[in-house]
Amino acid sequence: MSSTLSSGDKEFPSAKLPTRERLLTVNSVGKRFNKGVVALEEMHLTINEGDFLSLLGPSGCGKSTILRMIAGLMEPTTGRIEWEGDVEQGSGTIGVVFQEPTLMPWATVEKNVWLPFRLQGKSMRSMQNEIDNALHLVGLDGFAGSYPRALSGGMKMRVAIARALATNPRVILMDEPFAALDEITRFKLNNDLLELKAKIGCTILFVTHSVFESVFLSDRIAVMTARPGRVHSEINVDEPYPRDQTFRTSPNYAAYCRTTSEALENSISKAA
Amino acid sequence: MTSVQSQMPTSGGMDSSIAALIEERRRLVRRRFEKIGKWLLPALVLLFTLWFWDRLVVWNEIPHYILPGPGRVWTTLIADWSLLFDALKVTFQITILALLVAVVGGAGLAILFTQSRIFEMSLFPYAVVLQVTPIISIAPLIFIYVDSKIAGLLICAWIVAFFPILSNTTLGLNSTDHNLRDLFRIYGATRWQRLIHLQLPTALPYFLGGLRIAGGLSLIGAVVAEYVAGTGGIGSGLAFTILEAGYRLNIPRMFAALLIIAATGVFIFLTLSLISHLLLRKWHESALKQEQ
Repeated sequence: MSSTLSSGDKEFPSAKLPTRERLLTVNSVGKRFNKGVVALEEMHLTINEGDFLSLLGPSGCGKSTILRMIAGLMEPTTGRIEWEGDVEQGSGTIGVVFQEPTLMPWATVEKNVWLPFRLQGKSMRSMQNEIDNALHLVGLDGFAGSYPRALSGGMKMRVAIARALATNPRVILMDEPFAALDEITRFKLNNDLLELKAKIGCTILFVTHSVFESVFLSDRIAVMTARPGRVHSEINVDEPYPRDQTFRTSPNYAAYCRTTSEALENSISKAA
Repeated sequence: MTSVQSQMPTSGGMDSSIAALIEERRRLVRRRFEKIGKWLLPALVLLFTLWFWDRLVVWNEIPHYILPGPGRVWTTLIADWSLLFDALKVTFQITILALLVAVVGGAGLAILFTQSRIFEMSLFPYAVVLQVTPIISIAPLIFIYVDSKIAGLLICAWIVAFFPILSNTTLGLNSTDHNLRDLFRIYGATRWQRLIHLQLPTALPYFLGGLRIAGGLSLIGAVVAEYVAGTGGIGSGLAFTILEAGYRLNIPRMFAALLIIAATGVFIFLTLSLISHLLLRKWHESALKQEQ
Protein backbone atom coordinates (compact mmCIF):
# COMPACT_ATOMS: atom_id res chain seq x y z
CA MET A 1 0.00 0.00 0.00
CA SER A 2 1.40 3.34 -0.98
CA SER A 3 -0.83 6.18 -0.04
CA THR A 4 0.96 9.48 -0.23
CA LEU A 5 -0.37 11.20 2.79
CA SER A 6 0.95 14.65 3.30
CA SER A 7 -0.25 17.58 5.29
CA GLY A 8 -0.12 21.32 4.94
CA ASP A 9 -1.78 23.64 2.52
CA LYS A 10 0.61 23.39 -0.40
CA GLU A 11 -0.24 22.03 -3.79
CA PHE A 12 0.52 18.37 -4.16
CA PRO A 13 1.80 17.30 -7.53
CA SER A 14 0.53 13.77 -7.86
CA ALA A 15 3.37 11.39 -8.47
CA LYS A 16 1.02 8.58 -9.33
CA LEU A 17 -0.89 10.36 -12.04
CA PRO A 18 1.72 12.11 -14.12
CA THR A 19 0.13 11.63 -17.49
CA ARG A 20 -3.09 13.41 -16.72
CA GLU A 21 -3.68 16.85 -18.17
CA ARG A 22 -4.66 19.53 -15.74
CA LEU A 23 -8.32 20.52 -16.08
CA LEU A 24 -8.81 23.24 -13.52
CA THR A 25 -7.09 24.86 -10.60
CA VAL A 26 -8.67 26.25 -7.48
CA ASN A 27 -6.16 28.97 -6.70
CA SER A 28 -6.17 30.26 -3.10
CA VAL A 29 -9.91 30.67 -3.15
CA GLY A 30 -11.69 32.21 -0.18
CA LYS A 31 -15.38 32.81 0.37
CA ARG A 32 -16.89 35.15 2.92
CA PHE A 33 -20.65 35.36 3.11
CA ASN A 34 -22.57 38.53 3.79
CA LYS A 35 -23.25 37.61 7.38
CA GLY A 36 -19.52 37.46 8.03
CA VAL A 37 -19.24 33.68 7.91
CA VAL A 38 -16.00 32.61 6.31
CA ALA A 39 -16.76 29.38 4.48
CA LEU A 40 -13.45 28.92 2.68
CA GLU A 41 -9.98 30.33 3.15
CA GLU A 42 -6.90 29.93 0.97
CA MET A 43 -8.15 26.80 -0.70
CA HIS A 44 -5.91 25.12 -3.26
CA LEU A 45 -6.92 22.20 -5.41
CA THR A 46 -6.14 20.91 -8.87
CA ILE A 47 -8.37 18.66 -10.87
CA ASN A 48 -6.92 16.65 -13.75
CA GLU A 49 -8.65 15.14 -16.74
CA GLY A 50 -9.96 11.72 -15.80
CA ASP A 51 -9.70 12.20 -12.04
CA PHE A 52 -12.19 10.75 -9.66
CA LEU A 53 -11.54 13.28 -6.94
CA SER A 54 -13.46 13.21 -3.68
CA LEU A 55 -13.80 16.20 -1.40
CA LEU A 56 -14.15 14.80 2.08
CA GLY A 57 -14.86 16.87 5.12
CA PRO A 58 -17.10 17.55 8.09
CA SER A 59 -20.44 19.19 7.42
CA GLY A 60 -20.23 22.95 7.06
CA CYS A 61 -16.63 22.91 5.82
CA GLY A 62 -17.51 24.56 2.53
CA LYS A 63 -17.48 21.45 0.30
CA SER A 64 -20.69 22.48 -1.40
CA THR A 65 -19.55 26.09 -1.58
CA ILE A 66 -16.48 25.24 -3.63
CA LEU A 67 -18.63 23.02 -5.84
CA ARG A 68 -21.05 25.87 -6.45
CA MET A 69 -18.17 28.17 -7.32
CA ILE A 70 -16.75 25.69 -9.82
CA ALA A 71 -20.24 25.37 -11.30
CA GLY A 72 -20.31 29.13 -11.75
CA LEU A 73 -23.23 29.66 -9.38
CA MET A 74 -21.16 31.74 -6.99
CA GLU A 75 -18.13 34.02 -7.22
CA PRO A 76 -15.15 33.55 -4.90
CA THR A 77 -14.42 36.48 -2.58
CA THR A 78 -10.69 36.03 -3.03
CA GLY A 79 -8.62 33.89 -5.35
CA ARG A 80 -9.61 32.38 -8.68
CA ILE A 81 -10.89 29.26 -10.31
CA GLU A 82 -8.79 28.73 -13.41
CA TRP A 83 -9.88 26.44 -16.20
CA GLU A 84 -7.50 25.05 -18.77
CA GLY A 85 -8.80 26.00 -22.19
CA ASP A 86 -12.19 27.46 -22.93
CA VAL A 87 -15.13 26.76 -20.74
CA GLU A 88 -18.22 28.22 -22.21
CA GLN A 89 -20.79 28.97 -19.55
CA GLY A 90 -24.09 27.23 -20.04
CA SER A 91 -23.12 24.95 -22.90
CA GLY A 92 -23.19 21.77 -20.88
CA THR A 93 -19.44 21.62 -20.23
CA ILE A 94 -20.27 21.08 -16.58
CA GLY A 95 -22.67 18.42 -15.37
CA VAL A 96 -24.13 18.63 -11.88
CA VAL A 97 -25.81 16.09 -9.62
CA PHE A 98 -27.28 17.42 -6.40
CA GLN A 99 -28.14 15.58 -3.21
CA GLU A 100 -31.75 15.48 -4.32
CA PRO A 101 -32.49 14.09 -7.78
CA THR A 102 -33.86 17.52 -8.78
CA LEU A 103 -36.06 16.29 -11.60
CA MET A 104 -38.94 18.17 -13.14
CA PRO A 105 -41.96 16.17 -11.92
CA TRP A 106 -44.10 17.29 -14.85
CA ALA A 107 -41.71 15.88 -17.44
CA THR A 108 -41.00 12.28 -18.40
CA VAL A 109 -37.59 10.74 -17.78
CA GLU A 110 -36.37 11.38 -21.33
CA LYS A 111 -37.61 14.95 -21.27
CA ASN A 112 -35.70 15.50 -18.04
CA VAL A 113 -32.54 14.22 -19.70
CA TRP A 114 -33.32 16.39 -22.72
CA LEU A 115 -33.29 19.54 -20.54
CA PRO A 116 -29.67 20.65 -21.08
CA PHE A 117 -30.08 20.24 -24.84
CA ARG A 118 -33.47 21.90 -24.82
CA LEU A 119 -32.02 24.98 -23.15
CA GLN A 120 -29.48 25.10 -25.97
CA GLY A 121 -32.36 25.16 -28.43
CA LYS A 122 -31.90 21.61 -29.68
CA SER A 123 -34.96 19.56 -30.54
CA MET A 124 -35.66 16.31 -28.76
CA ARG A 125 -35.66 14.39 -32.04
CA SER A 126 -32.17 15.54 -32.98
CA MET A 127 -30.86 14.56 -29.56
CA GLN A 128 -32.73 11.27 -29.22
CA ASN A 129 -29.55 9.22 -29.66
CA GLU A 130 -27.69 11.09 -26.94
CA ILE A 131 -30.68 10.84 -24.59
CA ASP A 132 -31.17 7.12 -25.20
CA ASN A 133 -27.47 6.50 -24.81
CA ALA A 134 -27.32 8.36 -21.48
CA LEU A 135 -30.30 6.41 -20.17
CA HIS A 136 -28.70 3.19 -21.35
CA LEU A 137 -25.46 4.02 -19.51
CA VAL A 138 -27.26 4.42 -16.19
CA GLY A 139 -29.31 1.28 -16.80
CA LEU A 140 -32.67 2.91 -17.36
CA ASP A 141 -33.60 1.45 -20.75
CA GLY A 142 -37.34 1.22 -21.02
CA PHE A 143 -38.06 3.99 -18.55
CA ALA A 144 -37.85 6.88 -21.03
CA GLY A 145 -41.58 7.55 -20.91
CA SER A 146 -42.04 7.18 -17.14
CA TYR A 147 -42.74 10.09 -14.86
CA PRO A 148 -40.34 10.66 -11.93
CA ARG A 149 -43.01 9.87 -9.34
CA ALA A 150 -43.18 6.31 -10.65
CA LEU A 151 -39.48 5.77 -9.90
CA SER A 152 -37.67 4.79 -6.71
CA GLY A 153 -35.15 7.11 -5.07
CA GLY A 154 -32.22 5.28 -6.61
CA MET A 155 -33.74 5.35 -10.08
CA LYS A 156 -34.45 9.07 -9.81
CA MET A 157 -30.79 9.56 -8.96
CA ARG A 158 -29.85 7.56 -12.06
CA VAL A 159 -31.95 9.93 -14.17
CA ALA A 160 -30.11 12.88 -12.62
CA ILE A 161 -26.77 11.24 -13.46
CA ALA A 162 -27.94 10.54 -17.02
CA ARG A 163 -28.88 14.19 -17.41
CA ALA A 164 -25.50 15.31 -16.06
CA LEU A 165 -23.49 13.12 -18.43
CA ALA A 166 -25.71 13.49 -21.51
CA THR A 167 -23.91 16.62 -22.71
CA ASN A 168 -20.54 14.89 -22.44
CA PRO A 169 -19.27 17.45 -19.91
CA ARG A 170 -15.62 18.10 -19.08
CA VAL A 171 -16.35 17.54 -15.42
CA ILE A 172 -19.30 16.15 -13.49
CA LEU A 173 -19.82 17.75 -10.08
CA MET A 174 -21.61 15.56 -7.57
CA ASP A 175 -22.76 17.04 -4.28
CA GLU A 176 -23.35 14.16 -1.86
CA PRO A 177 -25.54 12.49 -4.46
CA PHE A 178 -26.16 9.26 -2.58
CA ALA A 179 -26.36 10.61 0.97
CA ALA A 180 -30.15 10.36 1.11
CA LEU A 181 -30.31 6.79 -0.18
CA ASP A 182 -30.38 3.58 1.79
CA GLU A 183 -27.13 1.64 2.06
CA ILE A 184 -28.02 -1.16 -0.33
CA THR A 185 -29.00 1.29 -3.05
CA ARG A 186 -25.94 3.40 -2.31
CA PHE A 187 -23.55 0.45 -2.73
CA LYS A 188 -25.21 -0.50 -5.98
CA LEU A 189 -25.00 3.04 -7.30
CA ASN A 190 -21.35 3.29 -6.20
CA ASN A 191 -20.53 0.17 -8.22
CA ASP A 192 -22.48 1.38 -11.20
CA LEU A 193 -20.89 4.82 -11.06
CA LEU A 194 -17.42 3.28 -11.29
CA GLU A 195 -18.52 1.10 -14.18
CA LEU A 196 -19.95 4.17 -15.87
CA LYS A 197 -16.77 6.15 -15.38
CA ALA A 198 -14.72 3.31 -16.84
CA LYS A 199 -16.94 3.33 -19.91
CA ILE A 200 -16.99 7.04 -20.70
CA GLY A 201 -13.81 8.16 -18.93
CA CYS A 202 -15.27 11.34 -17.51
CA THR A 203 -13.79 13.53 -14.79
CA ILE A 204 -15.72 13.53 -11.53
CA LEU A 205 -15.53 15.82 -8.52
CA PHE A 206 -17.42 14.10 -5.77
CA VAL A 207 -18.38 15.74 -2.49
CA THR A 208 -19.06 13.37 0.38
CA HIS A 209 -18.84 13.08 4.13
CA SER A 210 -18.40 9.33 4.02
CA VAL A 211 -14.86 7.99 4.36
CA PHE A 212 -15.91 4.60 2.99
CA GLU A 213 -17.58 6.05 -0.05
CA SER A 214 -14.63 8.27 -0.87
CA VAL A 215 -12.12 5.41 -0.58
CA PHE A 216 -14.20 3.04 -2.64
CA LEU A 217 -14.84 5.48 -5.46
CA SER A 218 -11.96 7.84 -5.92
CA ASP A 219 -8.36 7.78 -6.97
CA ARG A 220 -7.72 11.06 -5.12
CA ILE A 221 -9.22 12.23 -1.87
CA ALA A 222 -8.88 15.82 -0.70
CA VAL A 223 -9.57 15.99 3.04
CA MET A 224 -10.87 19.37 4.13
CA THR A 225 -10.66 21.14 7.46
CA ALA A 226 -13.66 22.41 9.36
CA ARG A 227 -14.81 25.96 8.69
CA PRO A 228 -13.12 27.97 7.32
CA GLY A 229 -12.50 25.13 4.94
CA ARG A 230 -9.36 24.39 3.00
CA VAL A 231 -7.59 21.27 1.82
CA HIS A 232 -5.86 19.71 4.80
CA SER A 233 -4.28 16.78 3.03
CA GLU A 234 -4.54 14.69 -0.07
CA ILE A 235 -4.62 10.93 -0.27
CA ASN A 236 -4.05 8.96 -3.43
CA VAL A 237 -6.00 5.75 -3.45
CA ASP A 238 -3.59 3.80 -5.58
CA GLU A 239 -5.86 0.89 -6.26
CA PRO A 240 -6.53 -0.12 -9.85
CA TYR A 241 -9.96 0.10 -11.44
CA PRO A 242 -12.21 -1.72 -12.01
CA ARG A 243 -13.00 -2.01 -8.35
CA ASP A 244 -15.91 -4.13 -7.34
CA GLN A 245 -17.53 -5.62 -4.26
CA THR A 246 -14.36 -7.59 -3.42
CA PHE A 247 -12.43 -4.36 -2.89
CA ARG A 248 -14.79 -3.46 -0.07
CA THR A 249 -13.65 -6.48 1.93
CA SER A 250 -9.96 -6.35 1.03
CA PRO A 251 -7.28 -5.42 3.59
CA ASN A 252 -6.14 -2.58 1.33
CA TYR A 253 -9.57 -1.02 1.54
CA ALA A 254 -9.50 -1.19 5.33
CA ALA A 255 -6.05 0.35 5.41
CA TYR A 256 -7.08 3.21 3.13
CA CYS A 257 -10.14 3.80 5.25
CA ARG A 258 -8.02 3.98 8.37
CA THR A 259 -5.56 6.41 6.79
CA THR A 260 -8.37 8.57 5.51
CA SER A 261 -10.19 8.54 8.83
CA GLU A 262 -7.03 9.59 10.61
CA ALA A 263 -6.50 12.41 8.14
CA LEU A 264 -10.08 13.52 8.63
CA GLU A 265 -9.69 13.41 12.39
CA ASN A 266 -6.46 15.41 12.20
CA SER A 267 -8.11 18.00 9.98
CA ILE A 268 -10.92 18.50 12.46
CA SER A 269 -8.76 18.58 15.59
CA LYS A 270 -6.37 20.99 13.91
CA ALA A 271 -9.18 23.42 13.32
CA ALA A 272 -10.56 23.00 16.81
CA MET B 1 -54.17 -9.11 -4.85
CA THR B 2 -56.31 -11.30 -2.70
CA SER B 3 -54.54 -14.47 -3.74
CA VAL B 4 -51.11 -13.04 -2.98
CA GLN B 5 -52.21 -11.87 0.42
CA SER B 6 -53.79 -15.14 1.37
CA GLN B 7 -50.75 -17.15 0.30
CA MET B 8 -48.31 -15.20 2.39
CA PRO B 9 -49.27 -16.26 5.89
CA THR B 10 -49.32 -20.05 5.18
CA SER B 11 -45.99 -20.48 6.90
CA GLY B 12 -47.33 -18.81 9.99
CA GLY B 13 -49.87 -21.54 10.58
CA MET B 14 -53.62 -21.86 10.23
CA ASP B 15 -54.67 -19.22 12.76
CA SER B 16 -52.76 -16.35 11.27
CA SER B 17 -53.91 -17.21 7.76
CA ILE B 18 -57.52 -17.14 8.89
CA ALA B 19 -56.94 -13.89 10.69
CA ALA B 20 -55.40 -12.43 7.55
CA LEU B 21 -58.40 -13.59 5.51
CA ILE B 22 -60.79 -11.94 7.93
CA GLU B 23 -58.76 -8.77 7.90
CA GLU B 24 -58.71 -8.79 4.11
CA ARG B 25 -62.46 -9.32 3.97
CA ARG B 26 -63.02 -6.51 6.45
CA ARG B 27 -60.94 -4.17 4.33
CA LEU B 28 -62.89 -5.08 1.24
CA VAL B 29 -66.18 -4.37 2.95
CA ARG B 30 -64.90 -1.06 4.23
CA ARG B 31 -63.74 -0.05 0.76
CA ARG B 32 -67.02 -1.00 -0.84
CA PHE B 33 -68.85 0.98 1.82
CA GLU B 34 -66.67 4.04 1.10
CA LYS B 35 -67.41 3.74 -2.60
CA ILE B 36 -71.18 3.43 -2.29
CA GLY B 37 -71.55 5.71 0.72
CA LYS B 38 -69.97 8.61 -1.10
CA TRP B 39 -73.00 8.78 -3.39
CA LEU B 40 -75.72 7.07 -1.40
CA LEU B 41 -75.50 9.10 1.82
CA PRO B 42 -75.87 12.56 0.26
CA ALA B 43 -78.69 11.21 -1.91
CA LEU B 44 -80.48 9.96 1.20
CA VAL B 45 -80.05 13.35 2.87
CA LEU B 46 -81.50 15.03 -0.22
CA LEU B 47 -84.48 12.69 -0.33
CA PHE B 48 -85.19 13.18 3.35
CA THR B 49 -84.93 16.96 3.04
CA LEU B 50 -87.32 17.02 0.11
CA TRP B 51 -89.76 14.78 1.92
CA PHE B 52 -89.57 16.86 5.10
CA TRP B 53 -89.97 20.11 3.13
CA ASP B 54 -93.02 18.68 1.37
CA ARG B 55 -94.56 17.45 4.64
CA LEU B 56 -93.88 20.79 6.34
CA VAL B 57 -95.86 22.56 3.64
CA VAL B 58 -98.70 20.04 3.66
CA TRP B 59 -99.02 19.61 7.43
CA ASN B 60 -98.98 23.36 8.13
CA GLU B 61 -101.06 24.21 5.05
CA ILE B 62 -98.52 26.89 4.06
CA PRO B 63 -99.73 28.81 1.00
CA HIS B 64 -97.48 28.55 -2.03
CA TYR B 65 -96.85 32.32 -2.15
CA ILE B 66 -95.02 31.94 1.17
CA LEU B 67 -93.36 28.56 0.82
CA PRO B 68 -94.06 26.34 -2.19
CA GLY B 69 -93.50 22.61 -1.86
CA PRO B 70 -90.77 20.90 -3.83
CA GLY B 71 -93.30 19.51 -6.31
CA ARG B 72 -94.57 22.97 -7.14
CA VAL B 73 -91.01 24.30 -7.60
CA TRP B 74 -90.35 21.45 -10.00
CA THR B 75 -93.48 22.08 -12.10
CA THR B 76 -92.62 25.79 -12.20
CA LEU B 77 -89.13 24.93 -13.35
CA ILE B 78 -90.63 22.93 -16.23
CA ALA B 79 -93.33 25.48 -17.06
CA ASP B 80 -91.03 28.52 -16.98
CA TRP B 81 -88.12 26.70 -18.55
CA SER B 82 -87.81 28.85 -21.70
CA LEU B 83 -87.87 32.07 -19.65
CA LEU B 84 -85.42 30.70 -17.07
CA PHE B 85 -83.16 29.23 -19.72
CA ASP B 86 -82.87 32.59 -21.51
CA ALA B 87 -81.94 34.22 -18.21
CA LEU B 88 -79.45 31.44 -17.50
CA LYS B 89 -77.79 32.02 -20.87
CA VAL B 90 -77.19 35.68 -19.97
CA THR B 91 -75.81 34.95 -16.50
CA PHE B 92 -73.73 32.05 -17.73
CA GLN B 93 -72.27 34.13 -20.52
CA ILE B 94 -71.23 36.90 -18.13
CA THR B 95 -69.77 34.36 -15.72
CA ILE B 96 -67.67 32.57 -18.33
CA LEU B 97 -66.48 35.81 -19.93
CA ALA B 98 -65.52 37.20 -16.53
CA LEU B 99 -63.69 33.99 -15.70
CA LEU B 100 -61.77 34.15 -18.98
CA VAL B 101 -60.78 37.75 -18.39
CA ALA B 102 -59.83 36.86 -14.81
CA VAL B 103 -57.61 34.04 -16.06
CA VAL B 104 -55.88 36.27 -18.61
CA GLY B 105 -55.67 39.24 -16.25
CA GLY B 106 -54.78 37.28 -13.10
CA ALA B 107 -52.19 34.99 -14.65
CA GLY B 108 -50.84 37.79 -16.85
CA LEU B 109 -50.38 40.11 -13.88
CA ALA B 110 -48.76 37.31 -11.90
CA ILE B 111 -46.22 36.70 -14.68
CA LEU B 112 -45.58 40.43 -14.93
CA PHE B 113 -45.07 40.60 -11.16
CA THR B 114 -42.47 37.82 -11.11
CA GLN B 115 -40.64 39.33 -14.08
CA SER B 116 -40.50 42.82 -12.67
CA ARG B 117 -40.15 43.59 -9.02
CA ILE B 118 -40.97 47.25 -9.72
CA PHE B 119 -44.34 46.28 -11.18
CA GLU B 120 -45.11 44.04 -8.25
CA MET B 121 -44.21 46.64 -5.65
CA SER B 122 -46.22 49.34 -7.41
CA LEU B 123 -49.37 47.38 -8.21
CA PHE B 124 -49.82 44.59 -5.70
CA PRO B 125 -51.25 46.77 -2.89
CA TYR B 126 -53.97 47.96 -5.24
CA ALA B 127 -54.84 44.42 -6.24
CA VAL B 128 -55.35 43.74 -2.55
CA VAL B 129 -57.44 46.88 -2.07
CA LEU B 130 -59.61 45.90 -5.01
CA GLN B 131 -60.06 42.46 -3.51
CA VAL B 132 -60.95 43.48 0.04
CA THR B 133 -63.43 46.20 -0.93
CA PRO B 134 -66.87 44.53 -1.14
CA ILE B 135 -67.99 44.40 -4.75
CA ILE B 136 -71.51 45.40 -3.77
CA SER B 137 -70.19 48.80 -2.72
CA ILE B 138 -68.15 49.37 -5.89
CA ALA B 139 -70.77 48.12 -8.33
CA PRO B 140 -73.15 51.15 -8.20
CA LEU B 141 -70.26 53.44 -9.14
CA ILE B 142 -69.23 51.21 -11.98
CA PHE B 143 -72.74 51.31 -13.42
CA ILE B 144 -72.68 55.11 -13.31
CA TYR B 145 -69.55 55.40 -15.41
CA VAL B 146 -69.89 52.40 -17.71
CA ASP B 147 -72.59 52.73 -20.33
CA SER B 148 -72.82 49.14 -21.47
CA LYS B 149 -74.62 46.96 -18.97
CA ILE B 150 -72.77 43.88 -20.15
CA ALA B 151 -69.42 45.64 -19.72
CA GLY B 152 -70.40 46.79 -16.22
CA LEU B 153 -71.41 43.27 -15.18
CA LEU B 154 -68.21 41.92 -16.64
CA ILE B 155 -66.06 44.38 -14.72
CA CYS B 156 -67.79 43.53 -11.44
CA ALA B 157 -67.48 39.79 -11.93
CA TRP B 158 -63.85 40.19 -12.96
CA ILE B 159 -62.93 42.21 -9.88
CA VAL B 160 -64.26 39.43 -7.66
CA ALA B 161 -62.72 36.59 -9.64
CA PHE B 162 -59.23 37.66 -10.62
CA PHE B 163 -57.57 37.90 -7.22
CA PRO B 164 -57.38 34.20 -6.28
CA ILE B 165 -55.83 33.51 -9.66
CA LEU B 166 -53.36 36.36 -9.26
CA SER B 167 -52.25 35.44 -5.75
CA ASN B 168 -52.13 31.69 -6.35
CA THR B 169 -50.24 32.01 -9.62
CA THR B 170 -47.76 34.44 -8.07
CA LEU B 171 -47.16 31.99 -5.24
CA GLY B 172 -46.67 29.18 -7.74
CA LEU B 173 -44.26 31.13 -9.93
CA ASN B 174 -42.15 31.85 -6.87
CA SER B 175 -42.21 28.26 -5.62
CA THR B 176 -39.68 26.77 -8.02
CA ASP B 177 -37.25 24.23 -6.61
CA HIS B 178 -34.00 26.08 -5.85
CA ASN B 179 -31.83 23.23 -7.12
CA LEU B 180 -33.72 23.24 -10.41
CA ARG B 181 -33.20 26.99 -10.59
CA ASP B 182 -29.45 26.43 -10.12
CA LEU B 183 -29.52 23.75 -12.78
CA PHE B 184 -31.19 26.11 -15.23
CA ARG B 185 -28.50 28.68 -14.48
CA ILE B 186 -25.70 26.18 -14.98
CA TYR B 187 -27.16 25.25 -18.36
CA GLY B 188 -27.38 28.91 -19.28
CA ALA B 189 -31.17 29.22 -19.48
CA THR B 190 -32.51 32.61 -20.53
CA ARG B 191 -35.12 34.40 -18.46
CA TRP B 192 -37.74 33.39 -20.98
CA GLN B 193 -36.69 29.72 -20.92
CA ARG B 194 -36.80 29.72 -17.15
CA LEU B 195 -40.32 31.12 -17.23
CA ILE B 196 -41.62 28.68 -19.85
CA HIS B 197 -39.88 25.50 -18.78
CA LEU B 198 -39.60 25.95 -15.03
CA GLN B 199 -41.83 28.61 -13.50
CA LEU B 200 -45.02 28.05 -15.48
CA PRO B 201 -45.11 24.25 -14.98
CA THR B 202 -44.37 24.75 -11.27
CA ALA B 203 -47.19 27.29 -11.02
CA LEU B 204 -49.75 25.18 -12.88
CA PRO B 205 -51.21 23.34 -9.84
CA TYR B 206 -51.39 26.60 -7.88
CA PHE B 207 -53.06 28.34 -10.82
CA LEU B 208 -55.62 25.55 -11.15
CA GLY B 209 -56.41 25.81 -7.44
CA GLY B 210 -57.03 29.52 -7.91
CA LEU B 211 -59.10 28.83 -11.01
CA ARG B 212 -61.51 26.61 -9.12
CA ILE B 213 -62.10 29.34 -6.54
CA ALA B 214 -62.40 31.96 -9.27
CA GLY B 215 -65.05 29.91 -11.11
CA GLY B 216 -67.43 30.10 -8.16
CA LEU B 217 -66.54 33.73 -7.48
CA SER B 218 -67.21 34.89 -11.03
CA LEU B 219 -70.73 33.44 -10.78
CA ILE B 220 -71.22 35.24 -7.47
CA GLY B 221 -69.82 38.43 -9.01
CA ALA B 222 -72.12 38.18 -12.01
CA VAL B 223 -75.21 37.62 -9.83
CA VAL B 224 -74.38 40.35 -7.31
CA ALA B 225 -73.63 42.85 -10.08
CA GLU B 226 -76.94 42.09 -11.70
CA TYR B 227 -78.79 42.74 -8.46
CA VAL B 228 -77.09 46.11 -8.26
CA ALA B 229 -77.63 46.93 -11.94
CA GLY B 230 -81.26 46.06 -11.43
CA THR B 231 -82.22 46.75 -15.03
CA GLY B 232 -84.80 44.43 -16.48
CA GLY B 233 -86.31 43.82 -19.84
CA ILE B 234 -84.88 41.67 -22.56
CA GLY B 235 -81.45 40.25 -21.90
CA SER B 236 -81.65 40.14 -18.13
CA GLY B 237 -80.15 37.27 -16.17
CA LEU B 238 -81.15 34.95 -13.37
CA ALA B 239 -80.58 37.46 -10.59
CA PHE B 240 -83.04 39.86 -12.12
CA THR B 241 -85.48 37.00 -12.65
CA ILE B 242 -85.36 36.36 -8.91
CA LEU B 243 -85.86 40.05 -8.11
CA GLU B 244 -88.76 40.37 -10.49
CA ALA B 245 -90.42 37.17 -9.29
CA GLY B 246 -90.05 38.48 -5.74
CA TYR B 247 -91.92 41.65 -6.60
CA ARG B 248 -94.72 39.55 -8.05
CA LEU B 249 -94.75 37.16 -5.10
CA ASN B 250 -94.00 34.36 -7.54
CA ILE B 251 -92.10 32.39 -4.91
CA PRO B 252 -91.95 29.09 -6.84
CA ARG B 253 -90.13 30.86 -9.68
CA MET B 254 -87.67 32.37 -7.19
CA PHE B 255 -86.89 28.88 -5.96
CA ALA B 256 -86.60 27.56 -9.51
CA ALA B 257 -84.15 30.32 -10.49
CA LEU B 258 -82.19 29.74 -7.29
CA LEU B 259 -81.99 26.04 -8.12
CA ILE B 260 -80.59 26.85 -11.55
CA ILE B 261 -77.96 29.21 -10.12
CA ALA B 262 -76.84 26.56 -7.65
CA ALA B 263 -76.71 23.94 -10.39
CA THR B 264 -74.67 26.31 -12.56
CA GLY B 265 -72.19 26.81 -9.73
CA VAL B 266 -71.83 23.07 -9.26
CA PHE B 267 -71.45 22.59 -13.01
CA ILE B 268 -68.66 25.19 -13.22
CA PHE B 269 -66.88 23.66 -10.23
CA LEU B 270 -67.05 20.13 -11.65
CA THR B 271 -65.87 21.27 -15.07
CA LEU B 272 -62.88 23.10 -13.62
CA SER B 273 -62.08 20.14 -11.37
CA LEU B 274 -62.12 17.89 -14.42
CA ILE B 275 -59.81 20.22 -16.33
CA SER B 276 -57.51 20.34 -13.33
CA HIS B 277 -57.50 16.57 -13.02
CA LEU B 278 -56.76 16.06 -16.72
CA LEU B 279 -53.83 18.47 -16.63
CA LEU B 280 -52.25 17.10 -13.44
CA ARG B 281 -53.14 13.42 -13.35
CA LYS B 282 -49.84 12.25 -14.85
CA TRP B 283 -47.49 13.87 -12.39
CA HIS B 284 -48.95 15.89 -9.52
CA GLU B 285 -49.41 14.58 -6.00
CA SER B 286 -52.95 15.90 -5.77
CA ALA B 287 -54.06 13.76 -8.68
CA LEU B 288 -52.49 10.57 -7.35
CA LYS B 289 -54.77 7.73 -6.40
CA GLN B 290 -53.92 6.53 -2.93
CA GLU B 291 -52.51 3.07 -3.30
CA GLN B 292 -54.13 0.59 -0.99
